Amino acid sequence: MEKTISDVKPKVFGVLAQFATPKDVYHAAEKVRDKGYKKWDVHSPFPIHGIDGAMGLGDSRMGWIALFMAMAGCFGGFGLQYWINMFAQPVVIGGKPLNPYPAFVPVSFEPGILFTAFGCIIGMLVLNGLPRWYHALFTSQNFKKFSDNGFFICIEARDPRFKLDETRKLLEDIGGRNIEVVED
Amino acid sequence: MILHRDDDPTRRPTLVETGDFHEVTDIITIPAETKPTSTWVILLLMSLSLLSVMIGMIGYLFWEGTGVWGVNIPVGWGWAIVNFVWWIGIGHAGTLISAILFLFRQRWRTAINRFSEAMTIFAVMCAGIFPGIHVGRIWVIYWVFPIPNSMGVWPNFRSPLLWDVFAVSTYFTVSLLFWYMGLIPDLATFRDRATTKVRGFVLAIFALGWRGSARHWQNYERAYLILAAISTPLVLSVHSIVSFDFAVSKVPGWHTTIFPPYFVAGAVFSGFALVETLLLIARQVFGLHKVVRMHHLDNMNKFMLLTGSLVGYAYGMELFIAWYSGNMYERFAFYNRALGEFWWSYWIMVSCNVIAPQLFWFKKIRFNIPIMFIITILINIGMWFERFVIVITLHADFLPSSWGYYRPTWVDIWTYIGTFGLFGTFFLLFLKYLPQLAIAEVKGVMPEASPHFGDDHHAPAGASAKGH
Repeated sequence: MEKTISDVKPKVFGVLAQFATPKDVYHAAEKVRDKGYKKWDVHSPFPIHGIDGAMGLGDSRMGWIALFMAMAGCFGGFGLQYWINMFAQPVVIGGKPLNPYPAFVPVSFEPGILFTAFGCIIGMLVLNGLPRWYHALFTSQNFKKFSDNGFFICIEARDPRFKLDETRKLLEDIGGRNIEVVED
Repeated sequence: MILHRDDDPTRRPTLVETGDFHEVTDIITIPAETKPTSTWVILLLMSLSLLSVMIGMIGYLFWEGTGVWGVNIPVGWGWAIVNFVWWIGIGHAGTLISAILFLFRQRWRTAINRFSEAMTIFAVMCAGIFPGIHVGRIWVIYWVFPIPNSMGVWPNFRSPLLWDVFAVSTYFTVSLLFWYMGLIPDLATFRDRATTKVRGFVLAIFALGWRGSARHWQNYERAYLILAAISTPLVLSVHSIVSFDFAVSKVPGWHTTIFPPYFVAGAVFSGFALVETLLLIARQVFGLHKVVRMHHLDNMNKFMLLTGSLVGYAYGMELFIAWYSGNMYERFAFYNRALGEFWWSYWIMVSCNVIAPQLFWFKKIRFNIPIMFIITILINIGMWFERFVIVITLHADFLPSSWGYYRPTWVDIWTYIGTFGLFGTFFLLFLKYLPQLAIAEVKGVMPEASPHFGDDHHAPAGASAKGH
């Protein structure tokens, strides 16, 4: 038989809890980390200093992306000028050599910067899985406070240790308020 | 180094005069959510009319050719290049504030960085127009870019004018990306407060689905740090390359090694002055007194004092080297600047750029809003004249037979005035529809944002709100 909309049971995305201050959410995050959860996240209106340590996150990979893009831009810029002056259009101007490399520094430097900047913003978005139009958390009205003065922890259902009642209890014990089950 | 009061984490810093995150959100978002005031509408209409004047002037220029300007031989650069260097110089404060002060952990920058980044972008837009329309044959402007073409002709990468194309376009793009990246979390704040469907929809597009995740913040902060780190050499390189337009030529008065640092100092100087001019107005109009404090203005005044003194030193050093070099052309160029036909522009420059900022040695003046407002305006006038003095050196070149006087035409004047319309239009739209201050960053510098807030046994923060 064909499935109708009413047959599809809403899937639980995770449990969301609110905390009053950055300090509370910081210490709560330490406890969630120590319980061994992996698929969970802290949401805050601004980056909380040291929260990555409290969550047990590794280092960001942004630096490698930026380094690669900087190299690509610099060598690309220099290569373009070298190729143009040596092969595509070898014209002697003002009695100067065809490869006056000091004169190529500005146009090697600038593309290096330009590529790095694009690498940073696009790399940041790709690593973060953005832009995205829909996210389960956006279904929660209370979650809207994350961009104002709300601090949240959300433990996701895809975490192997996730058990609805236990996880909800944990969030309650570590001081979470307005606990709700978010459905996808 | 002397520890500033704000470096003591146990005391309420003078940066933000509230301990409530929600109040910060309100202060910054409410101006964008309420109906525009009539002052704003009038200012926007004025800016739009100036913008249309600029478009008209440029259209006339394209139709008739550069003969409608006052440029002649030997003054081939005229007002267009003066305006270009002036506007791009103004743009430098934005990146300086957002990048260099970020790297030095100058947390007071959060009150002014968004503002000055916006100013940078709009100033660079105004700047970019001038060399573009100066080329004469506008329909082949694409020749400045290395685009493969059927003629097999490529740009000359040995020319500083071409370096300038790359420097300015990179600068614009990077400033825009940096600005937008800073805006993402704040646009999310706007989105989550949106009351109408259309507003929520549009903001949701530009906020890119930001949800303040700590995993995201980690990449975000690292990317922001790298952008700041690359923007720092960028901002220094851009005005250095602009100065190469002059310094790489062999014109007396231009061919000097002091030009790159001298141009960069002047750029920061004028940029800070315009940021402060606009900030003083916006602070008054939008009531930002709790987040833009006297402490910020004081710091900016000190910056202007520093860079103004650097500029004054450069003027003195130019005169000294002209004399010390023993080169008669070089000596004449400077003699002619100060005492020749354009003596008045030289002395306007000296009084506005060297003398006026020295008043900032006095604390009373650094804390007096009307006086600092006047000084910032004087600095901007002075910095325009600095570029005028440099460009106009051309009027008496090597051959006395070609010496002449330079006068701008009405088209020159109205094109320049028109760029204020372009700047004003974008700036007013920014002030009304986007977060004027970096909401997330302002919250981040409040002591309440620390995960260790109140942990120590010192007096609780908030006890010392006296400040300035």
